[in-house]
Amino acid sequence: MPLHFEARTKPSAKMVWLAPATALALTAAAAMIVFASAGLDPVQALATFVLSPLSDWYGVGELLIKATPMILIGVGLSIGFRAGVWNIGAEGQLTIGAIFAGYLALRFGPGDGIWVLPSMIVAAVAGGMLWAAIPALLRTMFNASEILVSLMLNYVAQLWLSWLVFGAWRDPAGFNFPQSEPLAPAALLPVIIEGTRANISVVFALVAVALGWILVGRSFVGFQLRVTGLSSGVARYAGFSPHRAVWIGMFAGGAAAGLAGVGEIAGPLGQIFPTVSSGYGYAAIIVAFLGRLHPVGVLLSGLLMALIYLGGDSAQMSLGLPSAISGLLQSLLLFFLLAADVLVQYRIRYAPRGRSALGAAA
Amino acid sequence: MHPSLTRPNVPDRLELRSIRKAYPAVVANDDVSLRVAPGEIHAVVGENGAGKSTLMKIIYGIVQPDSGEMLWNGREVVIRSPAQAQRLGIGMVFQHFALFDTLTAAENIALALPTTPSLNALSDQISSVAASYGLPVDPARPIYTLSVGERQRVEIVRALLRKPGLLILDEPTSVLTPQAVEKLFEALRRIAADGCSILYISHKLNEIQSLCDSATVLRGGRVTGTCVPRQETPASIARMMIGEDLPRYREATQAAAGRTRLELANVSLPTRDPFGTALADVSLGIRSGEILGIAGVSGNGQAELMSVLSGEQRLVEHGAVRLDGEAIGHLGPAERRALGLRSVPEDRLDQGAVPAMSLADNVLVTVNRGRATRCGLIRFSWIEAYAKTCIETFGVRCGGPAAHAGSLSGGNLQKYIIGREILQEPGVLIVSQPTWGVDVGAAVVIRQALLDLRDRGAAILVISEELDELFDIADRIAVMAGGRLSEGVERACTSRDRVGLAMTGGHGAPSLHVKEADDAVAL
Repeated sequence: MPLHFEARTKPSAKMVWLAPATALALTAAAAMIVFASAGLDPVQALATFVLSPLSDWYGVGELLIKATPMILIGVGLSIGFRAGVWNIGAEGQLTIGAIFAGYLALRFGPGDGIWVLPSMIVAAVAGGMLWAAIPALLRTMFNASEILVSLMLNYVAQLWLSWLVFGAWRDPAGFNFPQSEPLAPAALLPVIIEGTRANISVVFALVAVALGWILVGRSFVGFQLRVTGLSSGVARYAGFSPHRAVWIGMFAGGAAAGLAGVGEIAGPLGQIFPTVSSGYGYAAIIVAFLGRLHPVGVLLSGLLMALIYLGGDSAQMSLGLPSAISGLLQSLLLFFLLAADVLVQYRIRYAPRGRSALGAAA
Repeated sequence: MHPSLTRPNVPDRLELRSIRKAYPAVVANDDVSLRVAPGEIHAVVGENGAGKSTLMKIIYGIVQPDSGEMLWNGREVVIRSPAQAQRLGIGMVFQHFALFDTLTAAENIALALPTTPSLNALSDQISSVAASYGLPVDPARPIYTLSVGERQRVEIVRALLRKPGLLILDEPTSVLTPQAVEKLFEALRRIAADGCSILYISHKLNEIQSLCDSATVLRGGRVTGTCVPRQETPASIARMMIGEDLPRYREATQAAAGRTRLELANVSLPTRDPFGTALADVSLGIRSGEILGIAGVSGNGQAELMSVLSGEQRLVEHGAVRLDGEAIGHLGPAERRALGLRSVPEDRLDQGAVPAMSLADNVLVTVNRGRATRCGLIRFSWIEAYAKTCIETFGVRCGGPAAHAGSLSGGNLQKYIIGREILQEPGVLIVSQPTWGVDVGAAVVIRQALLDLRDRGAAILVISEELDELFDIADRIAVMAGGRLSEGVERACTSRDRVGLAMTGGHGAPSLHVKEADDAVAL
């Protein structure tokens, strides 16, 4: 091959933003190939996929409500990821948030107090942080991998929720379905756009983006986290505590995931099911990386991922394609992004045969 | 193919013609030609970044040149890999040894040979080669029990067993004591006398003068001169190397050293790293207005001492480290920094700065109290101004405060890191290997900055492998060997030989005092 990768002397600033755009274009191209192979007009099918979910205000509301948990969690996770703290347990932290808030909602919601909703939110955040504290504690005390511990705790949280919903919390009037009673109106988040399901948690997500931007981009704590993630040697010399970074990183992700958990049960679901999350905790990992671990990037990538989810639904309805198309396109997007990311550090160079340009600088 | 004009019938062992190698950022070698006769010891001299290493990698087949020709015993060759270079008869001893710590010397050597002889036969072979060149190596000892000098001998014997026609040595003396250097030179002279040519890479001019028959000087990737080192002076070679006369240090306005600022009292620290060095009963005191130099071969406890002083290693006994009489043994690096104790680590890119961050951001690594932040938020204009001041004050060549630390040359980054600490006017500064891998010009700037800080009353500790550096700037010199630290002795009262002997270490090490020791002999 006469084409070679050549190391750039410094990362390309342009490519940092061009790479996601390239990945997006390639994903769109791949989607069109899939549509064409299913016998559809590729351009029209792509337009249906992307535009039909946004054809009315209700659709926009659905997009927001779908994007909110992924943005919230994505912002929280990216804080830890920047410090090299790999919290893969947002799914479980979200579930615990839902359990904690759900308990208050079921127990005190029918009493109609105005303090019910705020205390649910506080409990959900605390629950998410508590669940995240377990891997943080094991990591700082015994150097146990937070990746494995947080991942395994997802299953524990999931089983705990199932045990509750199949047992104590099952709705007596629910024909034996594993679901709780519908939450009382006092335990539901207020809708902010009339005629849609978009509720106040959209505002929470925007606030999280703003706070995350200040923390990551402007604050000294964010700087310390970034240094800890980039170079443990420098962090040691500077005296930045690696344990503190683990705690901050895990707590940020846990709090955001817990908040997303209450947003689900007190929002679009309105009651508690064994599957309270549709994989938002995992999808948020993709969202965080797609958004360059930057809060504003996470905002955009969260909206994009939500659009692909909704596009999958409409593809199922109007194009007759299986909804697995969403997962396919999300995976392709991540795949293309990782491939395009190579161009941040390397450039492609044409060189005649025999003159290898691959190699480090002198 | 044509016979050499100067020595008919005997072709050069190695000849390079117009070698060129360009990397994206830099032309590492440009029109480089050199010739090495059989049995000649040929020096390749140049500063860091002059292109010496790239040239050696080209000869050894690690890197392919963009253009140029290579002749081996008069025949043109293209060397595509180190294995091919070895088959031709080229051996190389790297600056960083390629040995497995847990294997014995014989096992390590067996791994590198094309055939696998029995270990017993190989051990005999090793002993005979070692004896004939004066390079004692015990084949049965595991590498981790060997000193740096012994490890180097294993590497050289390994190369010699393949009966090379050319041996390349890359900065071989950077890890040796003066006495070990003499022994190495004797061995190299014997090897050359047997007909093996030697390419000797170095930036130490006095060594080249005593060892080498001829020298090729590189600067910025180009040959700036060839000479017979014995007919030159260090100053004249240095001029070829850096293109100008060596700068000199300003006269010191040294007042007498003041009160003791930093004290270490009887620190013993067991090591958890199986290849680390335990500190054994180390005590020291640094006074304001003086530079205390700590000599010694790396790996003798310097890293551990550094971590105890900087605070990366906290001590249970608070009073073992005292700053102005106050116990600080339990404090971490940031807290000690706040008290005016600053440090510069040995490794620029691994500890001193984050390569992927801008110079301005790198200010915050150690300058983050006071005006650098407000209410926990970074004051970007302030750190940028600080970076700018540092760049201007210390002549850092770079693309400005926004340039990534990793884009600077070693010397410029080191100037920046040391400047960052000095601008804070620390009362006590601990510096490890301040000019390691730094070009001559930058080294002078850095040493001058340390001298100036000393003259302003700071207490400075310099840990260095370079004896010349310590004799240039230190007021007192102590020696670290085997985790023990000798007493500090006034520079005027000791000599390079004394310090070199003490560096070989062990108990009963001789006194650093020239006078005392002579008296002892007289008695």
